[in-house]
Amino acid sequence: MKKKSISYSKWGYIFILPFFLCYFIFSLIPLADTIRYSFFEYYRSGIKEIGPTFIGVDNYASLLKSDMFKYGANTLTMWVIGFIPQIVIALLLAVWFTDIRLKIHGKQFFKVVIYLPNLIMASAFSMLFFTMFSTNGPVNAILMSLGVIREQIDFMGSALGTRSLVGFMNFLMWFGNTTIMLMAAIMGISVDIFEAAEIDGCYGVKRFYYIIFPLIRPILAYTLITAIIGGLQMFDVPQILTNGQGTPDRTSMTLIMFLNSHLKSKNYGMAGALSVYLFIVSGILCFFVYKMTNDNDPDGSKAAAKRKVKEERSRRK
Amino acid sequence: MKKRMISLILVASMCAGTLAGCGNSGKSNAGADTAEEGKVINIYSWNDEFRERVEAVYPKVEKTSSDGTVTTLKDGTEIHWIINPNQDGVYQQKLDEALLNQENAADDDKIDIFLSETDYVNKYTDADADVAIPLKDLGIDPDTDLKDQYSFTKTTASDANGVQRGSTWQCCPGLLVYRRDIAKDVFGTDDPKQVGEKVKDWDTMKATAEELKSKGYFTFASYTDTFRLYGNSISESWVKPGETTVNVDPMIMNWVESSKEWLDAGYLDKTVKGQWNDDWNKSMGSASKVFSFLLPAWGIDFVLNPNWDGETGAWAVTNPPQEYNWGGSYVHACTGTDNPEYVKDIILAVTANQDNLLKISKDYSDFTNTTDGMKKAAADSSFASEFLGGQNPFEYFAPVAEKIKIAPLSAYDQGCVELIQNSFNDYFQGKVDFEKAKYNFETAIKERYPDITEVIWPE
Repeated sequence: MKKKSISYSKWGYIFILPFFLCYFIFSLIPLADTIRYSFFEYYRSGIKEIGPTFIGVDNYASLLKSDMFKYGANTLTMWVIGFIPQIVIALLLAVWFTDIRLKIHGKQFFKVVIYLPNLIMASAFSMLFFTMFSTNGPVNAILMSLGVIREQIDFMGSALGTRSLVGFMNFLMWFGNTTIMLMAAIMGISVDIFEAAEIDGCYGVKRFYYIIFPLIRPILAYTLITAIIGGLQMFDVPQILTNGQGTPDRTSMTLIMFLNSHLKSKNYGMAGALSVYLFIVSGILCFFVYKMTNDNDPDGSKAAAKRKVKEERSRRK
Repeated sequence: MKKRMISLILVASMCAGTLAGCGNSGKSNAGADTAEEGKVINIYSWNDEFRERVEAVYPKVEKTSSDGTVTTLKDGTEIHWIINPNQDGVYQQKLDEALLNQENAADDDKIDIFLSETDYVNKYTDADADVAIPLKDLGIDPDTDLKDQYSFTKTTASDANGVQRGSTWQCCPGLLVYRRDIAKDVFGTDDPKQVGEKVKDWDTMKATAEELKSKGYFTFASYTDTFRLYGNSISESWVKPGETTVNVDPMIMNWVESSKEWLDAGYLDKTVKGQWNDDWNKSMGSASKVFSFLLPAWGIDFVLNPNWDGETGAWAVTNPPQEYNWGGSYVHACTGTDNPEYVKDIILAVTANQDNLLKISKDYSDFTNTTDGMKKAAADSSFASEFLGGQNPFEYFAPVAEKIKIAPLSAYDQGCVELIQNSFNDYFQGKVDFEKAKYNFETAIKERYPDITEVIWPE
């Protein structure tokens, strides 16, 4: 007799089909196209289309000769300026908010408030800062009337000023997000451990260094890597703040702004090649995230696990 | 079910094929084919300016919907306004997309009229691109129908072979607009004639600037303010037809040199970096120490007036140190239009009819494209402006307009102008040296226009 099994798996496939369909049409095909066009000379001059003509790796070679690495360095600098305060403040807040002994009132309120800047569109936020920090803007006016400064400060006239503003904005926009993620990580730690630690007299700073920090390391690493990937794609804030020019002297030009300036002439070839470079870098970083999140070791990394094994072996000897 | 789907797809693709065929045939005899007019006229523009003018002077207009997107004509034909902002090249992007699809678009979706600005008009009047119908093919003879227009506007709207492919209602001679109170304080008079003497050429202007500085005033707000005066008197176009090199005109380098000199001397406000930003807008307010601006008619009406927060009548106009033109919106009939008759009618009504143009001048303080009409306006005190304290600006505009020689244009102008100002901004502010500024311009221009291979600087 034939055994007829009932399988509902087809419904599963049908239900996830819309996503894959969308992904295929809106992500995979453009992705393949981007890579394909990166080997072509393909742009618009006026309203005439030039190309596509196959030119091999010329686009890649000319990008290597351009200031691409300088823009990469700009991006990294601005990212670091924003990320350091972001992670420090986020850690601090996350630890405070999750500490039962501190009894902070209105936690929920603060959680919402620190997350709010992220809800504002980056460009709107950038516009706001542009107006506030312009030479004749309110910040200068306030500082002058307080007598802090004699002459107006040209915030956006110096590389340091512009970069700091960009970093500061990114910090403001993202520290709430990081705080909430780290809070989730800390709350994931078993209460028993904290209790045991307290009985042993482990409070405050020690509690942070010996208990919280090692236990949230996987999430911390995850935050770091995703922030780098996000940072690589940084453009909206500096684009609006410097009118797409990366002023002064192109010191705040990020990689994606560089990409955008190619897209002004619909230079799909060059922009494609640059995207492929970015894709490779992001790919490598993603690989690390994948490795880390798939690791079951509580310490978060295979390297640490190996180290432990080694230590144990040497102890046995 | 499956068969049905397949047949449906087949039918759809066939339809698309036939429509594409229609588009092709439409292109070859556009203008001549007047057999049947479409029911929808699509107009591409970047603001309401053209719509307001059409509503004001085109007699066939019945009404416009409250959101301003559809204007109904008396015979039921609808004008659809497709508005995209000029900022950051959005308008051109959208227009270019639509132009590339023009052949395959359904008749009622085809662009019938589109507008362009002087900065990029050349891109659309290009003979090879052939997106703007020559006026002659439309049935407008530029020599007779448009003979009253200023001739430089006709040159601007023509392709390299001298075929006129667009027309404008506007002519944008620029003047020097100054604060009366500052003039009284420094020169003891605010009379336009006497102030005009003080600013009649660059050398006199410099002496005047020193005078203003000693009383604590700036002559202009920013170095970009003077750019149009130099930039519009270049002798060769930025990029010559068929070439891939950018030629930087000696005039541009003069601008760089004198801007640096003026800025260092303190004749310009160092805190105002370029135009169209918050600092520039504030420098037009009553608290500012800036004596004057170089603006055309639209600049006084759309830029200065909204930014001025003092009493009305505090400003006056006089002759600029050098004649110049700034801006101007051109109206083009789009190749492939299915409404050639309407398009012709609208272009004639808005850009060639003297009565209509004078009405526009009166209602919107535009300096309009009629030599004869503007002479009348200059002598007619009913054209006096309240904002200028009862002065009739046309008295000063008209002579400037007649002396304008438009600089030779190229399709690369917009990028060249924008990027040279940006690159040298760092030099003026002392952030980079002269050579680095040149290098930055070269990098930026090659990024913007991949076909540019070289930048040649004057000796």
